[in-house]
Amino acid sequence: MVRAENVCKTFYTTHKVEALVDVSCQIDKGDVVVIIGPSGSGKSTLLRCLNMLEKADKGHIYIDGVDILDPKTNINKVREEMGMVFQSFNLFRHKTAMGNLTLAQMVVRKRSKKEAEERAMALLEKVGIPDKVDSYPDSLSGGQQQRVAIARALAMDPKVMLFDEPTSALDPEMIGEVLDVMKTLAREGMTMVVVTHEMGFAREVADRVIFMDEGKIVEEGSPEHFFKAPTHERTKLFLSQIL
Amino acid sequence: MRTGNFSITDYLRTRGWRHISVGLFFVMMGLVVFGLFFATKKVEYVWRWYRVPRYFVYKDKIEIKAEIEGEVASIVSKGEEVEVTVRGADEEEVYPLPAESLRVDEGDFIYFGDVLGSYQKWKVGILVEGLWVTLKVSVIAVLLGIVIGLFTGLARISKNPALRWTAITYIELVRGSPLLVQIFIWYFVLGTMFNTLLAKQGLGQLSPLWYGVAALAVFAGAYVAEIVRAGIQSIHRGQMEAARSLGMTYPQSMRYIILPQAFRRILPPLAGQFISLIKDSSLLGIIAVRELTKATREVVTTSLQPFELWFICALLYLVLTFALSMFVQYLERRTAIGG
Ligand SMILES: Nc1ncnc2c1ncn2[C@@H]1O[C@H](COP(=O)(O)OP(=O)(O)OP(=O)(O)O)[C@@H](O)[C@H]1O
Ligand SMILES: [Mg+2]
Repeated sequence: MVRAENVCKTFYTTHKVEALVDVSCQIDKGDVVVIIGPSGSGKSTLLRCLNMLEKADKGHIYIDGVDILDPKTNINKVREEMGMVFQSFNLFRHKTAMGNLTLAQMVVRKRSKKEAEERAMALLEKVGIPDKVDSYPDSLSGGQQQRVAIARALAMDPKVMLFDEPTSALDPEMIGEVLDVMKTLAREGMTMVVVTHEMGFAREVADRVIFMDEGKIVEEGSPEHFFKAPTHERTKLFLSQIL
Repeated sequence: MRTGNFSITDYLRTRGWRHISVGLFFVMMGLVVFGLFFATKKVEYVWRWYRVPRYFVYKDKIEIKAEIEGEVASIVSKGEEVEVTVRGADEEEVYPLPAESLRVDEGDFIYFGDVLGSYQKWKVGILVEGLWVTLKVSVIAVLLGIVIGLFTGLARISKNPALRWTAITYIELVRGSPLLVQIFIWYFVLGTMFNTLLAKQGLGQLSPLWYGVAALAVFAGAYVAEIVRAGIQSIHRGQMEAARSLGMTYPQSMRYIILPQAFRRILPPLAGQFISLIKDSSLLGIIAVRELTKATREVVTTSLQPFELWFICALLYLVLTFALSMFVQYLERRTAIGG
């Protein structure tokens, strides 16, 4: 489904930052992969490279067999099949929840307004806030905004969902409602790549956990392996700090 | 708070200062107006406001004169109009004129230049004509300025160096030189060149008004471009990323997500820019466009009432700019989120 081979990404600002160094990984259909690691280890960069919000410098990334770094690939077509959920929600501030959910369906998927609204309504029910259809993002709580954002991504019927710390910006009492939605998705068989610090979520639903540090994948394995017997010193150190 | 017995300190502490300030404002305004009036009395200026209205609308006396010599052969009535036929030695002329204006009878002998009929007609004065030209020039220049500014603003933030550098060059050139000089360049350099080219093709000439409009639009466009750029860049980049992550193309994201949000932020500075443009259109008089300021100058030389007329001129500009800012405030309310 998703395969990265020797992906490198370097940022040049005041100094050189090697955000990704030779990263390779594979995510199969139906897999839920959780990526953990300290701040600045390149988790977001990896996720953003997967849908080309960030262009990898080197290596190959295949989505459903399509090499997205090939200049001939239409990246918009690839992105249609990949949903992304951001730490800061990024809901369209000038649109209601309904508008947020229907816009891309109509513009990109060319669905009729009626069709798009039906799909939107069903998804708002699914994430548990059908009563907020006419609310603007600024009048919603963080947890509600993030659930609208998840619904917005789902409305495109993606094959993969990417989550970049979806609960980090939330007040503690709202984290649960967002994680519940994500757990439901995982149970339904959605292919998911999740960057998170929620170890409970990782333990409960992840098929695989990837630990990153300094732009590299340090360790990769099942949650049992990770939380019971991590092999690398750095993984142990990180887990001891976070748990 | 104490009720019942009145105390000056209580009054001052609550509403007093406000009342005194408001009073002070009116006193100061009154002093300015009175001072001005007093000063004009000192220099023996005679205010004649009654002479002003005729430059807005006036009754024009229209005389229809014979262009040949001869006899009035026939007067045929056609509803409101009559047709007077004058027959000379070897020619004949027909003059249509309003029935009530008729001054001749059948059989009268008419000399060259005799009045056949005269009547009065309301006409718009030179100030209204000038105001209309100012309005026309401003509206066209504003619309063109928006289009130029929008595309230049988008080019300014484009990743393509050809687009970006072109935009930067244009913006810097226009913002770095005086508008007056640009108007001269548009009229005396580009205008002369273009009109000569047109003449060589056997086509008609473009009037100074159009070079004036071009100068104003290109000038405003550069400033609008910077306003548009700042507006777009003020939108959090997560908005663009969210749109792109849903598979929207860059133009789609701009059109549906970024520009609608930027629009509200752009409106206030944009209004300021266009108010400047209306005022700057007063410079076009120097290339013989008879807009409001030029019209006022002409009227001043004939009427010899400069004080009234320059105040009126300023007031008319104020009406235009005020109407524009009202319109923008209305737009701002209309586009407010959730409104
Ligand atoms: N657009 C950018 N320009 C310059 N440097 C960047 C950019 N994006 C990321 N970086 C740098 O790349 C490195 C990896 O960043 P990244 O955001 O991927 O880390 P992260 O693991 O997601 O961290 P966090 O947990 O704080 O989100 C960091 O050192 C960061 O400063
Ligand atoms: Mg991150």
